Amino acid sequence: MDLNLQKTKQDFPGQVHETPGGGIVLSKLDDVINWARSNSLWPLTFATSCCGIEMMAVASAKYDFSRFGFEVARATPRQADVIIIAGTIVNKMGPVLKRLYDQMADPKYVIAMGACAISGGPFFYNTYSVVKGADHIIPVDVYIAGCPPRPEALLHALISLQDKIKRGLTREQIKSGKD
Amino acid sequence: MVEEVGTTTEGDLIINVGPQHPATHGVLHLVITLNGETIKKVEPHLGFIHRSIEKMCESLTYRQFIYVTSRMDYLSAHINNHGCALCVEKGLQVEIPARAQVIRVLMDELTRLASHELWWGAMAMDLGAFTPFFHAFRERETINDIMEETCGARLTMNYMVPGGVMQDIHPNFQRRVKEFIELYKRKIGEYDEMVTGNIIFQNRMKGVGYLSKEDAISYGCTGPTGRGSGLSCDIRKLYPYEVYDKLEFDEITETGGDSFARYMVRIREMQQSVRIIEQLIDNIPEGDFQAKTKAVLKLPKGEFYSRVETARGEFGVYIVSEGGTTPYRIKFRSPGFSNLSVLDHIARGGKIGDLIAMMGTLDLVIPDIDR
Amino acid sequence: MLNEDLKAKITELFPGSTIDEGNDPAAAGWVNVNVEANNWLPVATQLRSDLSLQFDYLFCLTCIDWKTHLTMVYHLSSTKFRHNIVVKAKLDRTIPEIETVCHIWRTANFHEREVYEMFGVNFLNHPDLRLLILPDGWEGKNPMRKDFEDPVNMIRL
Repeated sequence: MDLNLQKTKQDFPGQVHETPGGGIVLSKLDDVINWARSNSLWPLTFATSCCGIEMMAVASAKYDFSRFGFEVARATPRQADVIIIAGTIVNKMGPVLKRLYDQMADPKYVIAMGACAISGGPFFYNTYSVVKGADHIIPVDVYIAGCPPRPEALLHALISLQDKIKRGLTREQIKSGKD
Repeated sequence: MVEEVGTTTEGDLIINVGPQHPATHGVLHLVITLNGETIKKVEPHLGFIHRSIEKMCESLTYRQFIYVTSRMDYLSAHINNHGCALCVEKGLQVEIPARAQVIRVLMDELTRLASHELWWGAMAMDLGAFTPFFHAFRERETINDIMEETCGARLTMNYMVPGGVMQDIHPNFQRRVKEFIELYKRKIGEYDEMVTGNIIFQNRMKGVGYLSKEDAISYGCTGPTGRGSGLSCDIRKLYPYEVYDKLEFDEITETGGDSFARYMVRIREMQQSVRIIEQLIDNIPEGDFQAKTKAVLKLPKGEFYSRVETARGEFGVYIVSEGGTTPYRIKFRSPGFSNLSVLDHIARGGKIGDLIAMMGTLDLVIPDIDR
Repeated sequence: MLNEDLKAKITELFPGSTIDEGNDPAAAGWVNVNVEANNWLPVATQLRSDLSLQFDYLFCLTCIDWKTHLTMVYHLSSTKFRHNIVVKAKLDRTIPEIETVCHIWRTANFHEREVYEMFGVNFLNHPDLRLLILPDGWEGKNPMRKDFEDPVNMIRL
């Protein structure tokens, strides 16, 4: 698999040719589907601890993530596309997280927000109940560093996820491309 | 995970609320036994965010363990750090300079305002009104910006250290806080119009979740939960610390005992916090912001307890020291632990919609309970 | 009530207990009372009901593991007279047992469940003694004890 790291500079994937009586759009179906999917990702409200407050701050009016299409935050995993793991995952919460991930419909994406979700964070040493990183339980697409990360960092991560989807590089797409 | 506790009669329905649910309290799992829509029993299952903090603190030094407490009750992060710093200072018997004391109280009151803002916005959202959430976060963002200029972080700022504060306040701090207070006094009137005087809101809160004063004492309730039932338990008045004994402010108690009384206690506490900030913001004394302490702290052998008033109630830090550089045993007495035990008692006989209103007024932050 | 009066009253009511002054200098020390573990329930009832003491507010209940024995620590306060007291009870490490006080102060219900799962103390006559914070399957492993080893989960620094 070769990584084509060119940025998608165009807003719409495809070329528009003007013809009398209308126009013709020439594109790849994959590109159009990826473009549509990336611009309307619905997050699942999953916040366990402090990073949840920064996620709520991103949802509110100053750093607004509904301008990127994330407005409709669903409470049920059946209707959500992306799960933002904001907070520490402990041994008792692990099966719950796995069950939520299994209930989400394909295609689904995962963002690990904050040091606790990446690797256990400040609770790495001398704790008997913390899972040292959410990627021990479910596969993660984007990692955000910080404790807690600034709202702008979360917005940057959401935009990176959108870029990844448009270029076809998420785990989901690589996996379905291989079959 | 659901165990058969107590007896359930024929026709009872057992449902789960949580651990993942949009009411933004954290990860709390409630197992509710219902008869129709009336609640017969509520059983909280905790432990979904148990990060073994007390065990971890036994291997951290006295300067290091303070950062962990700001992640426990993250909405009153400054006040938690303050309680820990006070306990260590009691052990070291060090005197804190006046400037540091006033800065600490100012940061505490700003944190209390920010915490009550978020409580108000989240509670209105639980009851179905989405607009107050955005208004609340607008004010909270201003407070976060002021704190970020001085402390460096928005949510988990480790600003209080044993001996004082970590660095001096930014030159812009006084001006920005004064501007914020002027703006805020107008906004509180807006909040009253939008939510407090709303007839739907009042009908959902009045008469719901009655907690008597004897029960509040027996269940160990503190903070606005206890004060809404007439129990006078404000640590700032009973066992004053820092400069609280020189300030003029009222302790708000209500005798109603229902959810509306607890709500009004918090709204009036926001006004009292503004009063405290106004008294202090022009009178910050000059001097050091940190007392001289050794680089490696060792507490003498013994036991020390200190208590502060967070936005949720009394936060106690109990350190048992054997004379080394790390504590032998730390116990954090969190306000949410006792407040949560009241939920089963006040929810019986109500409906599920009332349960959500009650949980909103108890103002629980679950990582504080699970530690 | 001042500390001297408290000490006099306690020695009068409970002749079997010993008193030592706590070393909390800022508060001029809270009175620390040591009681026998099998005598705890009558002492607690009297602390609550005696008209000049009236300790009706239990604000902290915890346990400390000294490697030879366990000690239960109760912090009590009175909402009427605003005095505070600390009561300690020594427990045997192999079979730690003590009477429950959740009929006297209802806040002890949750606190005692937490001490049961963290230290293994058995509270006699507790209405509902089971795990509160730890997940299923952790009965018997008492994580807060000093000899707790968990090579799988705990990464030592």
